[in-house]
Amino acid sequence: MKRMHWSLGLAAIALLGASSALAQTKDTLILGVTLEPSPGLDPTAGAAAAIDEIVYANVFEGLTRIDETGAVQPQLATDWAVSEDGLEYVFNLKTGVSFHDGTAFDADDVVFSLDRARAEDSTNAQKQLFEAIASVDAVDPATVKITLSRPEGSLLFNLGWGDAVVVAPESAETNGTNPIGTGPFKFEQWVPGDRVELARFDDRVSLEKVVFRFIPDPSAQVAALQAGDIDAIPNIAQAPEAFQQFQADPNYVAVAGSTEGETILTINNARPPFDDVRVRRAIAHAIDRQAIVDLAMFGFGTPIGTHFAPHHPAYVDLTGNLPHDPEAARALLAEAGHGNGLELTIKLPPPTYARRGGEIIAAQLAEVGIEAELIPVEWAQWLEQVFRGDDFDLTIVSHTEPLDIGIYGRDGYYFNYSSDAFNAVMAELGTTADLQQRNELFGQAQRIIADDAVNGYLFQLAKLGVWRKGLEGLWANSPIQATDVTQARWVE
Amino acid sequence: MTSLRAMHPVAAALRHPSLAGGSAIMLLVLGLALLSFVWTPYPVDAISAAERLQTPSAAHWLGTDQFGRDVLSRIMVGARNSIAVGVVAVSIGLFAGVALGTWAAARGGWADELVMRTSDVVFAFPAIISALLITAFLGPGAVNAIVAIGIFNIPVFARVTRGAAQQVWGLEYTRAGMAIGKGPTRITIDHVLPNIAPVLIVQATIQFAVAILAEAALSYLGLGTQPPSPSWGRMLFDAQTLMALHPTLAIFPGVAIALAVLGLNLLGDGLRDVLDPRLRVWRMVT
Repeated sequence: MKRMHWSLGLAAIALLGASSALAQTKDTLILGVTLEPSPGLDPTAGAAAAIDEIVYANVFEGLTRIDETGAVQPQLATDWAVSEDGLEYVFNLKTGVSFHDGTAFDADDVVFSLDRARAEDSTNAQKQLFEAIASVDAVDPATVKITLSRPEGSLLFNLGWGDAVVVAPESAETNGTNPIGTGPFKFEQWVPGDRVELARFDDRVSLEKVVFRFIPDPSAQVAALQAGDIDAIPNIAQAPEAFQQFQADPNYVAVAGSTEGETILTINNARPPFDDVRVRRAIAHAIDRQAIVDLAMFGFGTPIGTHFAPHHPAYVDLTGNLPHDPEAARALLAEAGHGNGLELTIKLPPPTYARRGGEIIAAQLAEVGIEAELIPVEWAQWLEQVFRGDDFDLTIVSHTEPLDIGIYGRDGYYFNYSSDAFNAVMAELGTTADLQQRNELFGQAQRIIADDAVNGYLFQLAKLGVWRKGLEGLWANSPIQATDVTQARWVE
Repeated sequence: MTSLRAMHPVAAALRHPSLAGGSAIMLLVLGLALLSFVWTPYPVDAISAAERLQTPSAAHWLGTDQFGRDVLSRIMVGARNSIAVGVVAVSIGLFAGVALGTWAAARGGWADELVMRTSDVVFAFPAIISALLITAFLGPGAVNAIVAIGIFNIPVFARVTRGAAQQVWGLEYTRAGMAIGKGPTRITIDHVLPNIAPVLIVQATIQFAVAILAEAALSYLGLGTQPPSPSWGRMLFDAQTLMALHPTLAIFPGVAIALAVLGLNLLGDGLRDVLDPRLRVWRMVT
């Protein structure tokens, strides 16, 4: 009996040795993320960034994709041709591709996916991406033709969004709980409240297994990374101070990059006194953007003067347009009849940039005689009261969709802003394909909303990625909502 | 040895080590809180990028926080908030609890059952859970935190009052009062309340400490005092992610909470010894 114990012990030691040998050629990646996807994992049926941040490029693929620099790359389409008038796009598709359930991918799946996304009863969160599409036809199993009703300069970019991925008719209905795509990773399991696991599907990737663990609290994320429970935090912008701490630690790689998140002090333009442009300009003058970046985000983030990403070629630096100038703010308030001061509320959703930014902005507004009451709200309340209910004065939120200046032309959008000049520029953009001209028009649009001081423009959110040394291939920037792990690998 | 009876009561009280220590700590906290009404080293909400995250120095005795605000100033105003929450919450609990407790003791029967069983139910939830439930229902905010803490104090006082009052009701002079025609209300005011006052004072001191802790906990969870108004619990929350780089930010509000709770507990302990007649006899014998 004793002898047997001995041999069991030896076997255990041998196993331990084997597993530590395995650990050296590590092929599992565990990421800590803040939010759990909701309602499901189907990127074509939900707006939540948390969905795309798990499945984009990893599980689901589209005709095109957006790469780390924000450029359009071929994905399920190998190449494409555009007609002279810009109304016809012909895509050549990859062949020999199959979905994770074994069904083959061909042109019919593309037609199905795009028709489903732009259908009248579609639950797609970004239907405006497909507005210009008149019809989608399968020419042959490896060729798809998209016909537009008007030229759409950003069609190839739009098709690269997570909301435009290709799904199979056999599995589309159940993608929320069991996502089936063509990506190099297949869905393994979702333990609600804890994690989503992906496993390698084909040899385009080097990792065997990828785990997304949901850790809502930033200090718990930091502790988990330090304890070795997770390997990476794709974005720790919730606690920029912790990022500094990892920067100083040689065992970790800390990369500060850019996102598409324009962080703005949204003003309810319909509610008096904010319907008066002088009051809105006074608020803009009261804000010291650099101080907000320094204090709330520990210096990570780029001040912006309009609703546009600074790294985009069409960006116009308008931070000098309505600069920090308390005197000017007070004068404008007096002119608008609020010389004796003004009281307002700022509703703050949970992210750090909002809660901390709110405290700083309240102090800055106080300097010009505006008394701001801070009301912290949870996301569900924010969506209900602010985004859908228009029940707010001011709020702070980061708009993370790429190239989303078009929201200023949307009827009933929660800014409650409406400008014929802006809408005219947008209409022209819709029919302009020339890049130079498009950038020029984007510039005009940026100037209009900056001059109207529609919102207080604060800063471009930074992406603060931290991971264990030896891990390579994670994105530094976040040009689209994604955590692309297809190039991730362990070295050494 | 001087007999305690011959000494001035205050002098006697000060000979009690817990009472003296507790009083000293609470006088310090109270003093800082009162001082903050007229003077703080710096304006409590003054944000300054240039002065953020400074270690303690001659200019900023306890350093500055992530927004460049003076930590000492915020701890002083935080003391004010903690004390205000404690006073109001304990008062709510005291008045409602004593009313219910004396009623239960005087009326007996179904009233007693009703008050005590309801208290048992409320007691079944830990204090902080009740407060969480109430703030979840009323929404976050300092006033709601006060109400929440006040409400969970009610059964505490109701129970203590009822127990002590029942004893008094069983005593002969109470019966004598009844015999000369005093009604239950009269007896409660004339005999019961004066006799149970010491017990209530001690309990109030203890509950004051519990209230300060609960306020800190609720504010830490974002349900109590709302920013930019300073609160010790909120300061702890803000310091959490900065612990590794700037530990003092968490230490000072933590020490403030610990000191206040320690002070009140010592005070309560001392008061019990001094006020409880049975213990007084015991002290005189020794």
